Amino acid sequence: MTDVAAPVTPPTRRGLFAGNALPVVIFLIFAIAPLFAAFNAEAYVLGLVTRVMIFAIAALALDLLIGYGALVSFGHAAFIGLGAYAVGILGSHGINDALISLPVALGVSAMFAFVTGIVCLRTKGVYFIMITLAFGQMAFFTASSLAPYGGDDGLTIRMRSTFAGFPILANDRALYYVTLACLLGAYLLCRSLVASRFGRVYRGARENALRMGTIGFEVYRFQLVAYVIAGALGGLSGFLLGNATEFVSPAYMSWQRSGELLIMVIFGGMGTLIGAIIGAAAFLLTEEWLAGVTEHWKVIFGPLLVLVAVFARGGLIGVAQKLRGLFRG
Amino acid sequence: MADAVLRIENLSKNFGGLRVTDDVTLDVMPGELHAVIGPNGAGKTTLINQISGLLAPDAGRIVFAGEDVTGLQVAARAARGLARSFQITSILPRFSVLENVALAVQARSGTSFRFFGSASEEDELNTPAMAALTQVGLAERADAPAGELSHGEKRALELAIALAMEPKLLLLDEPMAGTGHDETERLVAVLRSLKGRFPMVLVEHDMTAVFALADRISVLIYGRILASGPPAQVRADPEVVKAYLGEEME
Repeated sequence: MTDVAAPVTPPTRRGLFAGNALPVVIFLIFAIAPLFAAFNAEAYVLGLVTRVMIFAIAALALDLLIGYGALVSFGHAAFIGLGAYAVGILGSHGINDALISLPVALGVSAMFAFVTGIVCLRTKGVYFIMITLAFGQMAFFTASSLAPYGGDDGLTIRMRSTFAGFPILANDRALYYVTLACLLGAYLLCRSLVASRFGRVYRGARENALRMGTIGFEVYRFQLVAYVIAGALGGLSGFLLGNATEFVSPAYMSWQRSGELLIMVIFGGMGTLIGAIIGAAAFLLTEEWLAGVTEHWKVIFGPLLVLVAVFARGGLIGVAQKLRGLFRG
Repeated sequence: MADAVLRIENLSKNFGGLRVTDDVTLDVMPGELHAVIGPNGAGKTTLINQISGLLAPDAGRIVFAGEDVTGLQVAARAARGLARSFQITSILPRFSVLENVALAVQARSGTSFRFFGSASEEDELNTPAMAALTQVGLAERADAPAGELSHGEKRALELAIALAMEPKLLLLDEPMAGTGHDETERLVAVLRSLKGRFPMVLVEHDMTAVFALADRISVLIYGRILASGPPAQVRADPEVVKAYLGEEME
């Protein structure tokens, strides 16, 4: 390995992030949406889009696991619940400041991810799905049995988190922009992770774990770190959700909720990050719209998801890319 | 006398009732190319898997660079400089050719728990990776997705990945498997250029290549070493001719 005089071709940018147009457009829409909301039903629109962005953070985290690590977690809602319960339980003891509740929310969900990840990541494929589901349900039933904190009925959060004593989240618009900042931060973090040295090993483990081992990487450690990061991001999402709804209940951690997160990621397009955000928006807005049309909206929503699964393999992102290809071709 | 880079002592392995590695003892001296030949099912790949750590032997020990590595995991052995190629191509198909090799460089270069900065733009990784690709003649294909390479090119990529690990020993499991005549010649030329710089264990079916390259040959039959010595001696061994070479050398 001495003759390093060989010409080095500049590394080509992979197609994945070739265009930054889509992310820029999406974040711009989020940034200006409240301006339009000001004209009518402001509280409703702000609340709905805040909810979209909160779930987009959790979906991003899940995409980090599924789209880049082939780690299909069916228990990701547990982390949202842990984050929300951190706000709720601390709040019920009079601790309302985010300087305490946010680190607790992140720390508890990261810790849960670490401990369960040690076990889950020793399995693969269907077994991984089952065991993450099992841990998710464990968190669900634990929350249901927390009688002092409302048990099945959940817990009302009497006051949104303050920051160093300032009640800045009390205003819906402020909460909206704080959520947007968190989503942007989470998105940039995930993008950086995926392209970094760490991300390359992590992605390589999905491609060929055997090869990664024989060149000297213990992929398990990399997957565990990714799992912990994804868990902490889930906790962040939960922290925001607790503040947005001023309520937390075991339903936040139900397996149906975990399934919805999976649908968001697959619906938007796995392994693209921005697809997870689009998926979360598409899922929640479609749900909202259909629920307004008919009480039996699930009858329409179900088949719609089947159609996407059958005809749009790459999710909405994949459809967009195909359309762009058609116009160019 | 120099110490052996690799020393295998009385290695044994059973699959159920089948003894696939039977009291195998062999060593590899610095700079030596030690070929292991034998008919299909003789336990060559099983032997390589035990050396690289994918399989644990039932008995015996493996000493690499003066250290007993018998109990170490695959990644730990790789980190000590044991590089291998696979009989069935094992690459990252959706990564570029350059990235496949750069990952092997990355395994040797600082921590990989680095979460910021684009790894694909690090010269520290790309330059040595490019050098390894140049050695095996794949430099022009650096940007192609590895999955799109021809079979022969994939075999060369396996070699480049092993080289990029700056190995103390190369374990090559049938590097020529399935390649055409021209590609085989090219790979033999590459191996010849590496000879002397890296000690190698070469498992190979192509007898022309083996006799052209090897300093020493061990013949493995039913998991047992039948004969071991310089090519000329092995070729003349009546037992080897009877058991194996007879049909191969016609």
